[in-house]
Amino acid sequence: MLCKRIIPCLDIKDGRTVKGVNFVNLRDAGDPVELAQQYAEEGADELVFLDISATEQRRKTLVELVEKVARAIDIPFTVGGGISTVEDVHLLLQHGADKVSVNSAAVKRPELIDEIALTFGSQCLVVAIDAKQIDKQWKVHLVGGKVPTEIDLFEWAKTVEERGAGEILFTSMDHDGTKNGFANAALAQLSESRQIPIIASGGAGNISHFSATFIHGKADAALAASVFHFGKIPIHKLKAALKDNQIPVRL
Amino acid sequence: MKVVILDYGAGNVRSVAFALERLGVDAILTADPESIKNADRVIFPGQGEARMAMQKLAASGLEQILPKLKQPVLGICLGMQLLFESTEEGNTKGLGIIPGAVKRFSSGKIPQMGWNTLFDLQGPLFEGIHENDYMYLVHSYFAPLVAETTATAHYGLNYSVAVQKNNFVGVQFHPEKSGKAGQRLLRNFLNWNK
Repeated sequence: MLCKRIIPCLDIKDGRTVKGVNFVNLRDAGDPVELAQQYAEEGADELVFLDISATEQRRKTLVELVEKVARAIDIPFTVGGGISTVEDVHLLLQHGADKVSVNSAAVKRPELIDEIALTFGSQCLVVAIDAKQIDKQWKVHLVGGKVPTEIDLFEWAKTVEERGAGEILFTSMDHDGTKNGFANAALAQLSESRQIPIIASGGAGNISHFSATFIHGKADAALAASVFHFGKIPIHKLKAALKDNQIPVRL
Repeated sequence: MKVVILDYGAGNVRSVAFALERLGVDAILTADPESIKNADRVIFPGQGEARMAMQKLAASGLEQILPKLKQPVLGICLGMQLLFESTEEGNTKGLGIIPGAVKRFSSGKIPQMGWNTLFDLQGPLFEGIHENDYMYLVHSYFAPLVAETTATAHYGLNYSVAVQKNNFVGVQFHPEKSGKAGQRLLRNFLNWNK
């Protein structure tokens, strides 16, 4: 049976992990490669690296990191952050990334989705969508959720699937950082209306939130950052608990 | 041992090279027919879309060369699907090494993306790999169960996740991304003396 996936997300700036990472066993808590290896050993199913650098060197630094990660780990990983051209994607895949994630650039120019899907296949393209409820309507937001648009979440999800996205990573800006659970009602609506897999993001605070997003949110995968980085939820413990709840996971 | 990985265009072939590197083998990424003919092991990773991949194989002459190879050949993902006679993806004619037609999934989330278990494991590739081991899969099209099937998975229906005919083996999953079980499969392939 296909398993539900648990995906830790690492924020990267200038080739280093950003948020305080609190693993006892790490020699260097800022080294994304070492952290990636640790997560892979703990049972993470995939990893996401989100690059938030803003320097001129960013592309070169990111490509070097991607290659180091690809050499070191034997589970799939996705790279996102500032990707806006087919050439950006080519460079990352060529250096060992399995998938890329695009966000604002696809909203600004939706043809980018078609171009990437046709060139490299849908399987390597995750479209990330940040959305927030305004007057009970889910609206897509840009630039890490800071800039609202008039675009409806569910309409946009339909468009990205039709244009060739292989997966949708949906982050609820209303839930992100709250640690109160995922946006399960919106997730379920997304998952039931779309044929491609949906990754839930934003709101993970405890183990039962993950169960709820798989059961009630119908998510295919769940992504989180801080609960994993600070060791609040050890991945193997999370997966054992999910299994006890009859949720198929890789153990 | 000379191991070549067919590199016929866009996509991530280096993951396979890195996985072999972790096993202590430096593989050569190439589309050069001579280099491929002289290799001890040939790995044929799938990249992108079926029709485009077959066009690239045809353009480089590999479409003719591949089916005639005598050394062990491993097709991965699309590389396994193209061992078959045809695929629904782009209505494409495959290499025809294994009889049967690859079809698109018709239920469930498409693509199937993630870790799934295998069963009915047979043959030297699966030595040391168990029925409950997980492999990482990403695919929208599936190969049917055929006489050459050496492992089965379930996603709405039972289908082939591994096949073998003579010196040709194919796996639908990505051994290079499937943790320790995947690494074991790659090692078995390198050690396989057909």
